[in-house]
Amino acid sequence: MAEAVIEIENLTKDYPYGFLQLKKKRSLEGLTMQVQAGEVFGFLGPNGAGKSTTIKLLMRLIFPTAGSARMLGKPISDISMHRNIGYLPEQPYFYDYLTAAEALDYFARFHDFSAVDRRQRVAHMLEKVGLATAGRIQLRKYSKGMLQRVGLAQAILHDPAVVVLDEPMSGLDPVGRREVRDIILELKKQGKTVLFSTHILSDAEMLCDRVGVIVGGRLQGVGAPSEIVGVQAHSMEILFELPAAVERLEALLAAATRTGERYRLQVEESAIYPAIEELRTAGAKILSMTQVKPSLEEYFMHLVAADRAQASAVEVNAK
Amino acid sequence: MKRIGVVALNTFREAVRDRVLYNLVFFALVMMAAALLVGQISIGIEEIVIVTLGLSAISIIGLLIAVFIGVGLVSKEIDKRTLYALLAKPLRRWEFLTGKFAGLVLTLTLNTAAMAAGLMLALYCVKHALQRGDTLVLVAVYFILLKLALVVALAMLFSCFTTPLLAILFTAGLYVAGLFVHQMRGLQPQLVSPAMAAALRWISYLLPNFENFDVMGAAAHGRGIPGTLVAHNTLYAALYCAMVLGVATAIFSRRNLR
Repeated sequence: MAEAVIEIENLTKDYPYGFLQLKKKRSLEGLTMQVQAGEVFGFLGPNGAGKSTTIKLLMRLIFPTAGSARMLGKPISDISMHRNIGYLPEQPYFYDYLTAAEALDYFARFHDFSAVDRRQRVAHMLEKVGLATAGRIQLRKYSKGMLQRVGLAQAILHDPAVVVLDEPMSGLDPVGRREVRDIILELKKQGKTVLFSTHILSDAEMLCDRVGVIVGGRLQGVGAPSEIVGVQAHSMEILFELPAAVERLEALLAAATRTGERYRLQVEESAIYPAIEELRTAGAKILSMTQVKPSLEEYFMHLVAADRAQASAVEVNAK
Repeated sequence: MKRIGVVALNTFREAVRDRVLYNLVFFALVMMAAALLVGQISIGIEEIVIVTLGLSAISIIGLLIAVFIGVGLVSKEIDKRTLYALLAKPLRRWEFLTGKFAGLVLTLTLNTAAMAAGLMLALYCVKHALQRGDTLVLVAVYFILLKLALVVALAMLFSCFTTPLLAILFTAGLYVAGLFVHQMRGLQPQLVSPAMAAALRWISYLLPNFENFDVMGAAAHGRGIPGTLVAHNTLYAALYCAMVLGVATAIFSRRNLR
């Protein structure tokens, strides 16, 4: 089994609020999880679920109310750990009076690289994130997407073993998102560990070895995307064409969705053979049959709905 | 140490690119106007007027920069979230604070040095020569710089735990209070109760003593400034800055950056 590079143990965070800051809102509750070496781990959850709180706790930008965490075998309070960790904050913002090349050079200086090494790394990173031609422009003239790329570049500039990305796709156009996906896959190929938070489920399904779903500050499940939603298929989808309207098929057609000349019909597994037989008899041309699995999105929405229902129930009881 | 230097140089670069040093143009205009007018409005005391005016301008401009930029050193980084990526590097929070402090002090040093050079030039234009006694002006400028370093440290301390506006008010309030520490110590017993007098005396020792840094009169009138005062003020400013930055670090190291 691969070694755990991020170990989180019962991490809890309360934020004080109110005029005297005496009331407390729990933002993260007893989070325990591990991220293994070399895996891409997606941290999923709706806005305000506790994803950024967890990442900020790992980066020591905020401090836990309870619990502990270790990265690369060291407690997160050990500053030397940061030599081998890259971090992209959510909606990153950098010194806008610097050019992208200057900003990257500035960040590289904290890693004791020689001047020549720094220059080479900066040029390489600008090329990698598609900013080679914009490297000499001040960041105040950059779009949100371009700043996101600078953020990504500074996170991986020093070739860290662990890369933590907070909403890396946020603010990017489809091309930018594709480029970030490619970079994450490249990091995986290089054996790096990547932890990234997102609420874009398709990205998580595409990239992650494992995902952790967090809702309302509580971890709801961890596992491979297919595992977490359950591998059992509930139904089948049949794609077919009909030469002409057939009266006998009215019941089936009512349940199907028509797109042009084609019909999509979703049937329970137990009813699949009778449906095929009926279509065959009516002269339908069956084009394909696919298993319909619950998607990560469905699973996610189910958890969010359950959390909201629970929150409402608590509110009603309190009243 | 290297990491402190990296932060300091970037802070200096920020000040330069944000055109903070443009204040030098304003100072140059003040000094030119003073040099032209002084001969017409003062007879025989041109030198005193030029030195007093020049040192006051250096002090006021420096104070404005120290307070307003000093307060923004930390709060702006938090508000704009530029600090997040930075603290994920192998950089301790105290190194960040010390670097920001050093960067602004470096900016103020260059700024003050340029203004001092302008003042000496204006003095030369009025007197047509510079004498050995004029070095007192440079000692006065050095004291202003020490005072500014202390103000920067205080501004940073307040910005670590309160809003920029309150930090400006607290720093300005403490500066004004620090100009009256001798009066606080020497209050007549008939004016306040003995308990109040004792409390004020204790508070006066805690407050930064800005009165000690004011040698403008001595510099303008050519009275000597003892070497012990130079050593005392240097040591006082260094220790007080270290103490204030220590407290700032203790607060900032526990602060949640939400």
